[in-house]
Amino acid sequence: MKKKLVSMVLSLAMVAAVVTGCGNDGGSAPASTDTAATTDTAASTTDTTDAATTDTAADTNTEAAADTTTDAAADTAASGELIKVGIINNDPNESGYRTANDKDLKATFTEENGYDASFAYSNENDEQIAAAQKFIQDGVDYLLLSAAGTAGWDSTLQDAQDAGVRVILFDRVIDADESLYEGSIVSDMDKEGQTAVDWLKSQNLEEYNIIHLQGVMGSAAQVGRSGALTTTAEAEGWTIVTQQTADWNAETAQQIVQSVIDSGKSFNVIYAENDDMARGAVAALDGANISHGVDGDVVIMGFDCNQWALQELLDGNWNYDGQCNPFQSSYISDIIKTLESGGTLSEKTIIMDEKGFDATTITADDVANYGI
Amino acid sequence: MGTKELKKPVGGNNFTKIFRNQIFIPLAALLLLALFNLIADPGFFKITLGYNNLGNPVLSGFLVTILDSGSEVAILAIGMTLVTAATGGQDISVGAAVAIAGSVLLRVLCGRDTRPETLQAPIIVAFLVCCVVAMLFGAFNGVLVAYFKIQPMVATLILYTAGRSIAAWINNNELPIVSEPSFGYFGGFIPGIPIPTPFFIAIICMIVIGLVLKFTNLRLYTQAVGINENSSRLNGLNPKVIKVLSFVILGLCVAVVGLIKTSRVSSINYSVIAKDIEMDAILAVALGGNALGGGKFNMTASVIGAYVIQFLTQTLFKFNVKSTALPAYKAVVVIVLVVISAPVVREWFSATMKKLQTKEAA
Repeated sequence: MKKKLVSMVLSLAMVAAVVTGCGNDGGSAPASTDTAATTDTAASTTDTTDAATTDTAADTNTEAAADTTTDAAADTAASGELIKVGIINNDPNESGYRTANDKDLKATFTEENGYDASFAYSNENDEQIAAAQKFIQDGVDYLLLSAAGTAGWDSTLQDAQDAGVRVILFDRVIDADESLYEGSIVSDMDKEGQTAVDWLKSQNLEEYNIIHLQGVMGSAAQVGRSGALTTTAEAEGWTIVTQQTADWNAETAQQIVQSVIDSGKSFNVIYAENDDMARGAVAALDGANISHGVDGDVVIMGFDCNQWALQELLDGNWNYDGQCNPFQSSYISDIIKTLESGGTLSEKTIIMDEKGFDATTITADDVANYGI
Repeated sequence: MGTKELKKPVGGNNFTKIFRNQIFIPLAALLLLALFNLIADPGFFKITLGYNNLGNPVLSGFLVTILDSGSEVAILAIGMTLVTAATGGQDISVGAAVAIAGSVLLRVLCGRDTRPETLQAPIIVAFLVCCVVAMLFGAFNGVLVAYFKIQPMVATLILYTAGRSIAAWINNNELPIVSEPSFGYFGGFIPGIPIPTPFFIAIICMIVIGLVLKFTNLRLYTQAVGINENSSRLNGLNPKVIKVLSFVILGLCVAVVGLIKTSRVSSINYSVIAKDIEMDAILAVALGGNALGGGKFNMTASVIGAYVIQFLTQTLFKFNVKSTALPAYKAVVVIVLVVISAPVVREWFSATMKKLQTKEAA
């Protein structure tokens, strides 16, 4: 009996360990109990922002002021004018990427911009589905969805369609018929990798001896960013000194790079699939007194554009950082405006612009604007 | 094979004795790995003296890296051995607890600003706060296990799932970065001393626990509670207090590891810091030949077990094993090691050896 219980718990723990969150920063899904707490705080923050925007609106915009004064306390009454959106996202604590994504959505879907937004957060598919059904019952005009899991959404989206709710997917795609949603906004991880590798090629180094630090194997970000490097390295005859997964982890990356240094192999490029691993690699280089960055012996490449990472670029310690764009709200509101004005979308899937930053051209403004 | 040759001169009777000794297995595994590396590439054992980017002398080489990066697991193995012995279960929340400890440490060091120019509090103060918090979380686990009689793995599952969110929440999900160079000493090198500091910290922890085990009744009480809780209670011990105490000691180990881990990169990433380290710590205890069901334990064997794991990891990195295959290779070696260190197999093996010896003598 005891043994059975232990084995059950062990397998549960393993399953929990296997489930990873957004591929961009890795990390497993945080507690569902905690998620509930975040939903609460999120709800209260929306309330306060609502109140705040009402105040400012009253001061600055006379039209809006007229609106808000007539339906002073009743929030719902105001929704006659506002576009009602229900936003279902993953837990903002998951990663820096997700935090930036959530902040961006909150900044765009405000009453000032003509929206009445409600938020729900969860890393669990069933909780997200429950939230979606609640939004549909509340009669939202648009349902914005970043799904935790790809499967199991068909019936919910069908319900949404029947109720006249239009669905827009962001950040994550799902396995459902295209007719069930209006559009989806996604990052193209392959393109991110290709942009970075093209940049590396344009550096025209005399030789390419690359340490390739991979993310959690099988995650979308890892597959896209690894794929570009592997194919180009083959085509160009670049040497991959070592190719190893550090599971998005700085300390593991440090150990891997350390082991290459210990073995005495020479290398001049470190291609890390996220900023944390690049930082771990740099720690190993510093320990061995190997120069890096602009004018250094080793080219350092990272991904995700964390603010501190862009600062490293600005300081010349790193050479390149590729963006995984969390700022999707402008794309979403463009879609909504198009649909509201009766237009149609030219494509269902919209791929966001994603930049790559070079240490020699980056500015302090870039760090402030694009850092997450 | 290699181990047999090594042990031959000791003689028949002693041979069985040595083989029965718990410390033999992890040592043998260590020697086997070392031998394998020696044959494959003697350069593995090369240690060179160089200078880091701050101009301080540093030793480098695979062995130094193993001693350096194996320290965290070795420190955790100390606490995990006690928890295992006292409760007959394991704490699976240490990775998450390290995230909390590291987060608290950085929160105190950095204050409200996430990128302060100067430290907002002395490192020692921050470390003490972090110790207290980590011990409180340890006590929380301990109380669930001792007073509410929850299976240790289930009890610690709570913190395992919630810990990293708590860690993120402590710093408002910001990523503090410490610019003060002296903070980096704990995970790197102290100027003028070429041996990595984490190894020193691990040695200090080992000496402290060694002294505690020698001069207090901790070992006796822990083993008594682990072997038979009721009889130890009837003999005047309080099993509940002993169990909670073992978790609190593990909490202290967690705080030390939190300091080393955050110091290594002068920052923290809540979702991946010390990821899966609990599994390595439990494995170290198992490799040390300790019964995972509680009772008697051998601390030295656990610590050596921890370095065996790091030795293995570093060997796999060196041989450039494909990333997709890495866990599989590790698993195969671990299965072999755990099976041969299982008490049942050891008994059987030494019995067979005895038979062979008597046959040879006859």
